[in-house]
Amino acid sequence: MALQIKGVTKKFGEFTAVNNLNFIIPEKEMFGFLGGNGAGKTTTFRMILGLLDPTEGEIVWNGKKIDYASSSLIGYLPEERGLYPKLKVREQIVYLARLRGMNKADALKELEYWLGRFKVPEYIDKRVEELSKGNQQKIQLIASMIHKPELLILDEPFSGLDPVNVEMLKEAVIDLRDSGTTIVFSSHRMEHVEEMCEHLCIMHKGSPVVEGNLKEIKRSFGKKNVSIRADFDLSFLDSYPGVTKVKTTMEGRILQVTGEDVAEKIIRELVPRGFVRKFELEEPSLTDIFIEKVGAAYE
Amino acid sequence: MNKFWIVLSHTYLSKLKTKSFIITTIIMMALVLILSNMTNILKAFGSDDQDKVAIIDQTGDHLFEDFKAEVKAVNDDITMIASKDEAAAKEMVTDEEISGYLLLEKDVTYGLKGTYKANQISDSMISNDLLHALSQLKSKHTASELNLTDQQIVQLNTPPAYESIALVENAKSEEDLNQARGLVYVLLFVIYFGVLMYATMIAMEVATEKTSRVMEILISSVPPITQMFAKILGVALLSLTQMILFFGVGYVSVKRNLAEMNEGFFAFFGFGNTNISTIIYAIIFAMLGYLLYATLAACLGSVVSKIEDVQQMISPMTMLVVIAFLIAMFGLGNPSASYITITSFIPFFSPMIMFLRVGMLNVPFWEIAISIGLLIVTIILLGMIGAKIYRGGVLMYGSSKSLKSIKNALQLSKKRV
Repeated sequence: MALQIKGVTKKFGEFTAVNNLNFIIPEKEMFGFLGGNGAGKTTTFRMILGLLDPTEGEIVWNGKKIDYASSSLIGYLPEERGLYPKLKVREQIVYLARLRGMNKADALKELEYWLGRFKVPEYIDKRVEELSKGNQQKIQLIASMIHKPELLILDEPFSGLDPVNVEMLKEAVIDLRDSGTTIVFSSHRMEHVEEMCEHLCIMHKGSPVVEGNLKEIKRSFGKKNVSIRADFDLSFLDSYPGVTKVKTTMEGRILQVTGEDVAEKIIRELVPRGFVRKFELEEPSLTDIFIEKVGAAYE
Repeated sequence: MNKFWIVLSHTYLSKLKTKSFIITTIIMMALVLILSNMTNILKAFGSDDQDKVAIIDQTGDHLFEDFKAEVKAVNDDITMIASKDEAAAKEMVTDEEISGYLLLEKDVTYGLKGTYKANQISDSMISNDLLHALSQLKSKHTASELNLTDQQIVQLNTPPAYESIALVENAKSEEDLNQARGLVYVLLFVIYFGVLMYATMIAMEVATEKTSRVMEILISSVPPITQMFAKILGVALLSLTQMILFFGVGYVSVKRNLAEMNEGFFAFFGFGNTNISTIIYAIIFAMLGYLLYATLAACLGSVVSKIEDVQQMISPMTMLVVIAFLIAMFGLGNPSASYITITSFIPFFSPMIMFLRVGMLNVPFWEIAISIGLLIVTIILLGMIGAKIYRGGVLMYGSSKSLKSIKNALQLSKKRV
């Protein structure tokens, strides 16, 4: 039981927006969807929601196609924020919640809870156009998850927010996952995905470049980072065999190496030369993987 | 509750509460109130404005009293005073004590000659009344000179009997036609404004939802066709509310003034004996016309991405409504013309033009049925195509060039491109 995307391709005329996408999003998990602009993330979301039909392949949720009959189980936060500017928060959230199958009283109760949790209870009778962008974002998120959906799709949920608000919304999303909602979210921010998701997919120009479990992706990426700080000159490492990338920082160097064996050789090399203040073997960051995979695809 | 009803009631209630709606409704109601009390208002303004005319009798026959009686018979509001010389009368006109003066003289050719002089002769009413009275006076005068008896005078003045009769059975008489024309005229205006105003409202509503991007959420929870028709019916309900308010105010106010309404101004419009069937047809055609144009407007509204483009986008539709209205206006004078008969079957024109024919002529029922049937089929077809355009259109952003964007919208909504 999960969201299955099976060999999905979407073409707009000659243009291929999404090309042969395949993955499974396990239930009650958070799935990260990464990609640059125009990578096909929004198109994929629209296909998951049934707003667009795939040219090839199919998308099923718990074995069934998502359609309007299941809309009360689905939540959606579009990338472009969408609320009625002239309506009061109360009116529009209740309206949108009722369209997702809630009744008025429950919707109002939930709305009050969420506004309280986001520390903005006084906004209930304000018009959306009077609120700041960050606060509109909170309202938007409430609108997408007030009905406790089974599947929640968040398109760039944390863009344009200050760090305090990002934390607040992140917590809310994590709580929702813990209570059993499957969440798919897209982001430009690697650290959000790294922090919250077990599975992810990196898209580039419509094709999946990397897809799978975060830990496995990192492991199979092979390369590791070595961060070194020492009292002597480290420039000899720049051309050391097995070092693929070098970044000089204020305090020393961060090397990208092809594997643990290279790191081992390096430390043996270093110790006789003098005092080593720091030597750390790190997993590659998602940013490294993204840059490498997507960057390679650019070339 | 069904989603259709949620969207419908949301559309209806949220529109009902807007300031612009409340203000327009109040203004229109005030207008209806003023129009329906027109006779009273005119009277209130007119009463202190009695016209005074000086008569300078130079005939030597002492016609003043006779003439005064004749004028009184024509128009009670004109007061006569006798004046000896023209200079004094002229001064009174300059001082605006009197509206003007009439010079009565003998004339060889005409017998009697009257010259009316006033500051402005734009008020032809007094002049006409004076002429009328003078003719009466002259014929009486001439009659007595010829020693005619009263009976002979009556015989002389009696016009010939004249009547025009339609040979087709059930055809409306001239009198009926004039009465119907007034009613049809008013109702055509109501249909025209209603269709134009509320269809534009739909287009704006759809475009607003789209530009504020709330559409993407809506469309993921409600099927576009449900959404579109719920919206159209929500606005229809709104229009009914407004119409009921207008007609309610109008009816109460007319009823109150019923005594004055029985004649004059309002009899001309056929309100004296309103034809129930005409009004029922007006409602049917107004509703169908609205449905047709509202569906069209919803599609057009769904393909624009900026609210400023709405007017431009719906202008072809507006043109259609205006053309239909103009044809109907021409047709009022000659409802049996062939171009009227033909256009009364063309769906985009028929709501106004078939109604015109139904109101003015005795149209066989099968013709009405065909026209309404065609209209309903067109609405259903347009609704089906419209739902597709709507579904694709709301996901489409970028420049909106009418035809091309409609094509793109259709393509976007296709099952498999």
